[in-house]
This record gives sequence, C-alpha cells and structure tokens, in this order.
Amino acid sequence: MSELTKSTAGAGPAQTAPAAPAEPAIARVTQWGEIRHRFLANKLAVIGLVLVALLFLVAIFAPLLSPHDPYAQDLTNTLQGPGGDHLLGTDALGRDQLSRILYGSRIAVVVGLASIFLACVIGIAVGALAGYFGRGTDSVLMRIADVFFAFPLLIGAIVIIIVMGRGVTPVIISLAVFSWPTVSRLLRSSILSVREADYVLAARALGANTRRIILRHILPNSIAAVMAYAAFNVGGAIVAEASLSFLGVGVSPEVPEWGNMLAAAKDFMGVKDYLWTYPSIAIVLTVLGFVFVGDGLRDALDPKLR
Amino acid sequence: MTTSSITAEVPRQRGEGAEGPVLEVRDLHVEFKTREGVVKAVNGVNYSVSSGETLAVLGESGSGKSVTAQAIMGILDSPPGRVSKGEILFQGRDILQLPESERRKLRGPKMAMIFQDALSALNPVFSVGNQLGEMFRVHQGMSKKDAKAKSIELMERVKIPAARSRVNDYPHQFSGGMRQRIMIAMALALEPDLIIADEPTTALDVTVQAQVMDLLADLQREYNMGLILITHDLGVVADVADKIAVMYAGRIVEQAPIHELYKRPAHPYTRGLLDSIPRLDQKGQELYAIKGLPPNLLKTPSGCAFNPRCPKAQDICRTEVPALLPVTERDGTELAGRGSACHFREEQLHG
Amino acid sequence: MAELDKKDDAVDATPGISEVEVVDAASETAALAAIEAPVDRGEPILQVRNLVKHFPLTQGILFKKQIGAVRAVDGVSFDLHQGETLGIVGESGCGKSTVAKLLMLLETATSGEVFYKGTDITKLSGKALKAVRRNIQMVFQDPYTSLNPRMTVGDIIGEPYEIHPEVAPKGDRRRKVQELLDVVGLNPEYINRYPHQFSGGQRQRIGIARGLALNPEIIICDEPVSALDVSVQAQVINLMAKLQDEFNLSYIFIAHDLSIVRHISDRVGVMYLGKMAEIGTDTQIYDHPTHPYTQALLSAVPVPDPEAREGRERIILTGDVPSPANPPSGCRFRTRCWKAEDKCATEEPLLAIPQRFKSVDSPAAHESACHFAEEKAVLAV
Repeated sequence: MSELTKSTAGAGPAQTAPAAPAEPAIARVTQWGEIRHRFLANKLAVIGLVLVALLFLVAIFAPLLSPHDPYAQDLTNTLQGPGGDHLLGTDALGRDQLSRILYGSRIAVVVGLASIFLACVIGIAVGALAGYFGRGTDSVLMRIADVFFAFPLLIGAIVIIIVMGRGVTPVIISLAVFSWPTVSRLLRSSILSVREADYVLAARALGANTRRIILRHILPNSIAAVMAYAAFNVGGAIVAEASLSFLGVGVSPEVPEWGNMLAAAKDFMGVKDYLWTYPSIAIVLTVLGFVFVGDGLRDALDPKLR
Repeated sequence: MTTSSITAEVPRQRGEGAEGPVLEVRDLHVEFKTREGVVKAVNGVNYSVSSGETLAVLGESGSGKSVTAQAIMGILDSPPGRVSKGEILFQGRDILQLPESERRKLRGPKMAMIFQDALSALNPVFSVGNQLGEMFRVHQGMSKKDAKAKSIELMERVKIPAARSRVNDYPHQFSGGMRQRIMIAMALALEPDLIIADEPTTALDVTVQAQVMDLLADLQREYNMGLILITHDLGVVADVADKIAVMYAGRIVEQAPIHELYKRPAHPYTRGLLDSIPRLDQKGQELYAIKGLPPNLLKTPSGCAFNPRCPKAQDICRTEVPALLPVTERDGTELAGRGSACHFREEQLHG
Repeated sequence: MAELDKKDDAVDATPGISEVEVVDAASETAALAAIEAPVDRGEPILQVRNLVKHFPLTQGILFKKQIGAVRAVDGVSFDLHQGETLGIVGESGCGKSTVAKLLMLLETATSGEVFYKGTDITKLSGKALKAVRRNIQMVFQDPYTSLNPRMTVGDIIGEPYEIHPEVAPKGDRRRKVQELLDVVGLNPEYINRYPHQFSGGQRQRIGIARGLALNPEIIICDEPVSALDVSVQAQVINLMAKLQDEFNLSYIFIAHDLSIVRHISDRVGVMYLGKMAEIGTDTQIYDHPTHPYTQALLSAVPVPDPEAREGRERIILTGDVPSPANPPSGCRFRTRCWKAEDKCATEEPLLAIPQRFKSVDSPAAHESACHFAEEKAVLAV
C-alpha cells in the first residue's frame, strides 16, 4: 500500500526509491564489499566489533597483559580493595583479580566459539537435511531436535560432566549438544521458505540438479540467519558457561574463569562488591559485543536491505 | 446472496456540504530522510473533496499518492517521514496543527481508511465481530452486546451473507472479497465524513472487483461522504469517480472531471497512460509505451519531472517546473475544474 | 501421492500420435530425436490432454492421513501451435498457475499427458527430460522473487549455460549474456550488478533474458506483467511481442488481465475452478463468448473509457469462487450462474462446440463447456 515508506524506512546504501533506475555510475560491487559496507555503516555493529576484537586481543595476550600469575595465592594479601599493586584488588585467597579477569577471557573465547561452532556443524547438517528433503526425514530429525531442545541444559550438562569429568571440553560438548536444535530449526524454516522461492523454481525449470539448487540457490539465501544467530549466540554460550562454573559444574574452581570468580564473590556480596562487579562487567561487555555483531550481521547479510 | 433486509438509516444531513469541501489539501510537501539523502515524496499537492464527491488519485508506485493519504490520516511513518510544508484543512481547520491526541479522535468518527490488503489490515487473532465492535466500544462506549448487534448490522449493510452466523469468524475464514467488505464496514462504522480507499480492489479478482466497487459507490452515496480513491488503474475508477487527479513524482500533473480526462487529456503523461492500456475492443499491433522508468525521487529531474520520458519535451521543460494551471478551450474560455502542469498543455489538449 | 478419482470424461480426444515410453536407451534416443525435430508454423507443438493435479489435504503431525484433495487442475486439454500465443485467463484459484507448473514439470501431474512434439513429457527422465527443459522455458510473475538476490545478473542469465554446457562453450558465455541483455533492452554493462539494483520492469527483462538463453521454442509466461507499473507493462508486452517474431517462439500467456491477454494472444482459453470453460480464437472469445462465465468476466473488465461503457450491459456475479477442495457437482460455475437449471447440478457439461452452433459457420462455433451456451455481446463496440 505505501509505496514509499517500505523502501525508505531504514533503507540501505544501494537502495533508491522503488522503481528508480540503478545509476550507471555504480561499478562492480562485490557481494562481500557490499556486506562490509553495510555492516560498517551500522554504529552499534562497529561498537560490537571493537568489543569483540578487544576480547580476542586480551585472550591472546593475557600472559603479557597480566601483572600477576592468576593462580598465585598470597594469603597475606587477601581481600585487598582495588588500587596499589592490585589494580582490581585481590580475592579471598589473595589472587590478583585483574589477572584472573584477563585470563578468564581465554576460557570465554574458547568455550563460546567452540561450542557454537560445534552446534552449527550439527545444526546445519540436520537442518539442511530436514529442510530440503521434508516429509518423513523432516519429521524424524525435528522430533529428535525437539527432545534435545526440551532437555534442561543444566541437568544435561551435569550428566555429561559426571560421565566425562570436569573441564573445558565437557562444557563445550554439553553447550553444543543442547544448542544445535535452535540452529537446525532456524536453518530448516529458512530453507523451507527459500525452497519455494521462484528463483529456485526457475533453476529447477532450467534443469538444475539437486546439488546446484542446494549449493547455489538455497544455502546462500538461508545461511544468513544461521550466521547472524551464531555470532549473536556466542555471547549466550559465554553466559551459559559462566553459569555452569558458577554452579560448580563447569571448569574447576581454581581456574581463572568469570563464573568461578562470581561464585567465589557471592559470599562477600554487600561487603566486598568489587569482587563481583568487575567480572560481571567483563561478561556484560563481551555479551553485548557479540549481540551487536550478530545484529549487524543480520542486517548486513539481508540482500533485500530492509 | 442474501440481501440485507434492514433498512438503511436516513443519511445524516451534513451542513458543511454546501459551504466548502470536507477536505482541502494545500501545498503539501512530505519528505523522507534516508541514508542517501532526502526523498521528496510529495512536492506541493493541492486537492479538495466535498461531501458526496469522489476524487480519484491516480499514480504509479512512487508517485506520492499513498504518502499524501497517509499524511492526511496522520499515519505517516515518522521518522523518517515528515510533512515539511503545507496545510491539510479538514472541515475548515488545519489538522496538521492539532496535537496527536486530537488527531487520533478524528480517525474513525471523522475520517477512515480502507487498505489494499485486507488480510494484513485485519488482526488475525480477533474475530471479525470483535474488531468491528471495538470501534463502537472505544469511541462510543457501547456495551459488548450492543456493539455486537451493531457489528452484525454493519456486516449486513456491506452485504455479507449470513452475517449473524459469521460474526464470530476470524479474518482468514473469509474470502478476499468478503474481507474487503469487512474493511469497508469497519471504515463505515462510525459514519465518517471522509473515507480514503487505498487501492481497495487491486488484490481482488475482476468479478469481485466490480462487486466491491459498486458497494463502495452505493454506500458513499447513501452516507453522503467524501471519498478519495487511490489507484494505479485507470479503468477501475472510471465508473465511480467524479473528478481525478493524476500524480507523478510527488506532484499533481493533471486534474479534471473524470469524463473529460479520458476524452481529452491535457498532459502527455496522462495521454501516455491512456494509450498504453490495451483495449478489449481494439487490438493493435504494438502498444504505445511510455519510454523510460519512473523517476528516482532522490534526484528528480530538473524542470518537469516527466521531461526525460516525454515525447514532446522542449528546452523549457528541462529548466522550468511547470505549475498546475487551468486549461482553456480554443476560444479562451476556461474549462471548469481542469488543470495541467505542462508547459504545452493547450497543444496537448487541442492536439 | 494418492490416486484420486480421475475425471477424464471432460474431453474425449487423444491426439493421434504415438506415445513414446522412455524406458531404455533406444527409446530415449528416439525421444531425443523427436524433441529436436522442428515443427512447422501453425502445427501443434504442445498438446495437453486431460491434465489433472490434485493436492492432497492431510491431517496429523507425525502420521499424516489424507482427508481430501484440492482439485487445482481437473481435466484440462488444449493445444499450443507453433508460433502462436495461447492466452489462459481466469480468476485466482482457477488453476492457471498450476497448469504452468505442470507444463514446466515443476509439479508432477496426478494424471493426464502433455505431448511435446508427440512425446509425453510427463513420463520423461534423464537426458530427454533435460532436452525438454531446454526447449520450454518460463517467465515468472514476480520479478522480485524470481531472481536469486545473491547472484549477479551475469550469473543469473549465464546459469542456463552452466546447466546445459553444450549450448555455449565457456569462453562464449559472457558475450552471449551481454547480447541477451542487449536484446531485452538493458545495458550490457549491467552484467555485474545485483538484482536489487534494478527496478521491477528491468528485473522482468532480466527474467526474460534468462528464459531466452537456451533458445527455447516455448515460453510459458505466468502473469509476467501484473506486478509492474502500468507505464512499464506496455514496454514489457511490446518486448515480448518483438521477441516472439525474432526468435520464432510459442507463448502460453497466463494472466488475469483480460485486456492484456487479448492484446497479445491468438487464441484464448478461459479457466474456472480447475476446468477449461471456453476456448477459441481471440475474436471468438471476446466478441462472441458463449459461456456465461466468460460473459461475466468480460463485462466486469474495467474499460478506461467512460463512453465506451455506457450502453454495455454489466453482469455482476454474486459470491466468490467456491473452494477447489469441494467443487460444486455438475457444472462448476452453476453456483454463480444466472442460467443454472437442475441439469447443471447433475450433468457436467463437456468442453465441445455446442450442438446448436455445430452446423453454423459463425464465430460462436467454438468449444464451450455450457449446457446452455448462447451468444451474448458484452463488449460495446
């Protein structure tokens, strides 16, 4: 009905009024060039990117940045407030808070990326099969996904950790095992709508085989949602990982990890608040970073430039 | 189809009919801010509608016909859109000056809108009767029971068969034509003085189109409302409109009583549109086609916006924006109600 | 897909051609040879016989059971002659788009045959099927969804060559694509742009260029201009007419806009609820319609000339098209027809030249599926 508002509301760079001719001056725009351009035009996405980049740098250079050994206990210097030698204070065992937060980023990055990567591998495979073949395959795969989706993460994680023991790997596996269903559902529904698109029909009418249809037409147009979700949910995985550690089913308590730090700080709430505020800030900034990047990606990957 | 047995209310006598138009749009400008610049969607539109009169606003996508309507209704997407200049006089007062709360009170009882896509304009989770009745409950404080009775009456008024048994059905249970009737019923509910119908029959089949158009015309006569009919289809409005305004690139390029326009267009764009429609009763070899594409509103061509596509364009067309001026008969007598924004309007008119 | 009761009583004729069953290599070569053989102008190139498509309606999530069927296409027969345009008109839900998909083999027919140069293409597979696909192409309705948004125009128009590499050697393709862009009136330099950089009319031209790439013999156009602006529609229609002459194409032109269909078609078929109601030359259908549905449809066409419409009778049908899942017995149009009698509810009218016109040499003597077919002038001349 409104021919104008549709296109002007939040229009992207290459978009002009609906029926406007494309300007001959536009040179070859590569797909990635355009996506990058749109991503960088989004202020929040850039902020997110900076936050994520900072996190990665901190994780890589944690040994260089940390003023102290994050494991070193100093029982003469416990529960020191921020300032002096210990910029963010020390905990109940006299360990340097700043160093532990810096080292904690390593676990966050590894667990966040690895669990989402794994979840995507499983999820994309299952989702693509279910979405493309439909019918029986779809029903069976999706009911399996439903079971994993419905299973409470914490209980599942505890079971896995009882079997595998504590550590980073069991945490990654338990997070992946319970988050792939979202990926496959997302991809499946996206494929279901793309599968019926006229350009897929057009390719079939030309005689294209299944492989070409999936690889050239369906996946490139349906994967965007998954990519954006993945970026978005690295943050979620980091929170989940911290929660597991906080509850004592994640990595072992001596490891410098944000959830562990919060768990150790909970006895001092209201008394030594610096113990929980700084790790919390680290978590919040990390999650926000990934959320902004995910949102930015979603908008930038949409070729319709909504 | 069962016809309604309920007799129509005596149409209210509207005093303002003789004194002036229900709606008068004066020099309206609407802009949209986008990343690439300001899109000038409406650039100085003037038109008016009186009670019992039907104005057809014709234009292609991007001509600004719907944006003008949204500005009148006060449902412009803003930001990014805003009215940058002009007045909208509704029953004599400039509604652009009113606070939002006042304008909201106008929508429904005083002016209403019918959309192209009834399925998306109706809320899928409420029954049709509920949505119709809401108008009475909210604006007139009617009780649930009375509102429902009113809803049934309205559905009968728009000739929905078995209204009593269908009042509790949901929008998706109705066919396209029936949904559009419900939209019309909703617009009519509070007997507004002005109805704006934005492509009301575009989504419908030909045989249903005719039914809905006839219904709309009948109801308009019965209620003596002003009706603005927005369309891109020259054929649809021919029967029902009194006068027509043709829009191009945010401006009115031609204005005329409906029959006059078809007989003797005074703007090359209108001429082109009329010629490019294949007629059932004449089968030619090649269709006349307006060359080129509708303009990019980010950079409307200088001078007359139509000049790059116009077969008659001269130098003056590229430099000077033609104003909408009255057209005259060969002997100089002015043609009532006619205007054209073309430097060569007389030549166009008299061939 | 469940076999449902087939209605094959509507049309009797089976074309006098040998059915080619493609099972072994030998018959595949035979089929291929038949497909590549040229057809003379005016000879039938596509013959559709008793085409039926029922979409099963199912219930249940895990264990689906069929509770009925939507009879989208229910016994449709017609011929397409080489070099002509056959228009198919009807309201939404009449099955015209399903016919297009069946002819393109994008849907599997429930029953019925589609003979392309004498070969039933609904039973083909492998090489022969690919050869048929090369020769029958389609132009879609919505230029905004029919082009893959992640491919450049060059990739879109060039994809047919990747699928059928024998048509153009690799080195030639880019030049061919640019030629095609030129043919459809677009700047060949646009080859590296993405679809969203074009307007609706331009995108439809891209879709047409893709359809032309393999040098097909038949193009099936499903509402090719209904999504375009009025001033652009005429451009695209003219382009299609020009291409038909230039490339010796046969068109099936599906649309709901009767004026456009008449303009471009040599013959016109009118569909209603999965069946062909009336078929004939454009003059026969538009000036001498004998089926009440055609008459109503024509009289409802908005004519943009108020004077031409004074004096003409308007037939305003009541109600909507019934659901194709539960079509009326007998004649499907009887629920909206002003002529309906008891016979219409019990006996299905066949698509044939009505008895009363059979011996008359009049334009009214064309196939019409009505028990009470009679002429009625609905267009003011």
